Amino acid sequence: MIHVEQLSVRFRDFHLGKIDLVVEKGEFFVLMGPTGAGKTVLLEAVAGLVPLESGRILISGVDVTRLPPERRGVGIVYQDQGLFPHMDVRGNIVYGLKFCGAGRMEGQQRLERLIDLLGIAHLLRRLPVNLSGGEKQRVALARALIVQPHVLLLDEPLSAIDPGFREDIRRALKRLHRASGTTFLMVTHDFAEALSLADRGAVLHRGALEQTGPIDQIFRAPASLAVAEFVGMKNLFLATVENGHVRLARGTDAAAPSGGNHFRHAAIRPEDLVVSRAAAPPQGASTYRGTVSAVVGCGFGHEVYVQAGDLVFTARPTRRALMDEQICEGADVFISFDPAALHVW
Amino acid sequence: MHRTEPFFWCLLACGLLVGGYIVLPLLELMTSSTAVDLRQSLQDGDVMRSIRLSILTAGAAAGIAFLFGTPLAYLLARHDFRGKRFLEAVIDLPIVIPHPVVGIAFLSIAGRGHWIGQVLQDAGLRLLGSPAGIIAVLTFVGMPFYVHSAKTGFEAVAPRLEKISRSLGASLPGTLVRITLPLAWRSLLSGIIMCGARAISEFGAVVVVAYHPMTAPVLIYERFEGYGLKYSQPVAFWLVSFCLGLFFLLRVLALRKPTAT
Repeated sequence: MIHVEQLSVRFRDFHLGKIDLVVEKGEFFVLMGPTGAGKTVLLEAVAGLVPLESGRILISGVDVTRLPPERRGVGIVYQDQGLFPHMDVRGNIVYGLKFCGAGRMEGQQRLERLIDLLGIAHLLRRLPVNLSGGEKQRVALARALIVQPHVLLLDEPLSAIDPGFREDIRRALKRLHRASGTTFLMVTHDFAEALSLADRGAVLHRGALEQTGPIDQIFRAPASLAVAEFVGMKNLFLATVENGHVRLARGTDAAAPSGGNHFRHAAIRPEDLVVSRAAAPPQGASTYRGTVSAVVGCGFGHEVYVQAGDLVFTARPTRRALMDEQICEGADVFISFDPAALHVW
Repeated sequence: MHRTEPFFWCLLACGLLVGGYIVLPLLELMTSSTAVDLRQSLQDGDVMRSIRLSILTAGAAAGIAFLFGTPLAYLLARHDFRGKRFLEAVIDLPIVIPHPVVGIAFLSIAGRGHWIGQVLQDAGLRLLGSPAGIIAVLTFVGMPFYVHSAKTGFEAVAPRLEKISRSLGASLPGTLVRITLPLAWRSLLSGIIMCGARAISEFGAVVVVAYHPMTAPVLIYERFEGYGLKYSQPVAFWLVSFCLGLFFLLRVLALRKPTAT
C-alpha cells in the first residue's frame, strides 16, 4: 500500500533517513519514537508536504514521489487539528468534497455517515473556536475521511486532548478504521496508545528506523537499546552469554566495558520481577539478593529499586505484594524472575 | 507601575506633550477656515480636480501594490531563500530615499536617453507631467507599507492550514483563494489603506515628476506660495479630512478582533 524506499529528508539541522517502510493495505500502522525523532517529517514526506532529498514513495503501487500533495490521495490529521477558523464545522468537513469528484448526493451520504460515526451531528453549525479539543479532533477526522483517501496519516491525534476524552477518540479511531477500510499510518510517542490501536508499527529514533514489526513483538523483544528504553523496559543490562547461560554484568549506564564486544544486552520488564523477603524462589527462577534502595509511588502503583551488587533492578510489585512482604527502604530482599522473561540481544 | 510613583507622572507628562504636539497643529488647521471658505473651496474646480486626482492616483498606486505586492509578500512570508534578507532591504529602500530624489530617479530612467524611457515613449506613455508619472512615484513610495502589512498577515496564517487544504485536494492557488486570503484579508486591506494614505500625502516626488496636473498636496503648496496661508488652509482641510477618514477605517480594522485562528 505505502512503500517508502530509501527516503531521506534534510533540513538545516535535521536529517531523516534513509527510511525503508512498507505499510499494508487496510493496516493500522503506528510510527513511534521520542519527540524530535522525525516522525512528523516522515508523515509530511509521505503526504508530499516536505521536499525529499532522495528516495521514492509509492501509494497503491503508483509512484507519487513527484506528485503534488493534492494528487496523492493522502489525508492528514494533525495533533492541533488545524480546522479552518473561518468556516463552520460543516464547511470544514465538506471542504474537500468539491475536489474529489463526489456528486452532491454522494457527498451528502458520506457526510451523514461520518457525522453519525463520530457523533458530531449537533456541531455542524458551530465555529471551530467554540469546540473542545475532542470535538475538534472528531471534525478533523471527518474532514480528512470524507474525501476517502487511500491513506490517512495521523500525527499524534490524541496528545492534545484532555486525558478524560482520549479514550473516546481512541475508540472513534478504531471504529473509523474498521468502517472505512482506509490504511491508517499514525505517529505517536505514547507506547500504550500504539498497543491499544495498531497491528504493526515501527520505532523511529534520531531520524532512523530502529525496528519494524508487530507491536507486541516490539514490546516483548526490542531490537535495540533505544527501542527498549522507548517501550518502557526499565531493567537494561549488559550481559555475557556462556554455554547458554546469561550472566548479567552491569547496568548499561555504567562505564562501557573495555573490549566489550562479547557483551550483549539483556532486558526484563519491571512487571516480570518478583520481590520477596523469603529466600525460597519459585521453581526454576533466577534469583539475586539485594537491598531496597528506594520505593517510589508512581501512578496507581509503586516502583521498587533494588541494589544487588552492581546491578540495579526496578520492579513494580502490586500494592498487595508490597504490604504482604513488608518491602521498605533498606530491607534485604530477593529479586527473582522467570528466565524466559529475560530478553537478550 | 504604581500610580503613586512620581516617575509614572513623569511618563504621563511626556505622553501628553507628544500627543498635544501632534494634535494641536492639526486642530488649528481644521478649525481655522470659516464655513464660507470651506464651501467656496468645494466649488473651486481646481481644488476638486486636484483632490480627485490625488485620490485616483493614490488608489491606483494601492491597487498596483496589491496586485504585485501580494505575491511578493506571500513569497517572503512562506519561503526562505538565498538573498531574502537583501530583497527585504531593497523593499524598504523607498522609506529612506529622500522624496525629491525619487522623482528625479524616475525622470532619469523615463527620459529619452534611457532605453526604458524610449520603450515607454514608443508605447505612448509619458511620465513627465502625467497621471502615469504620478502613479509611478506613488507606487514607489507606498509599496513597502503594503508589502510589510501583507507579509505580517500571511505569516499569521498557519502553514499547516494550507498543508491540510492541499491534502484535501485543493491546488496551491485554490488553497490561497479559499484559505489564506480569507484569513489574511484584514492585513491586506490595512496594507492597502496604509499604502494609499502614504501615497496621497506624497509631495516631494510628485512635484518633481508632475507639477501639472496638480495633486492636492501640490495645489496646497501652490496656494500657499502664491496667495498665503489663508488660501491654502481650506484645501488642506479637505485633504486632511479624507486622510483622517482613511485613518479611522484603518484603526477600526486593526482594533476589531479577528476570528481566532
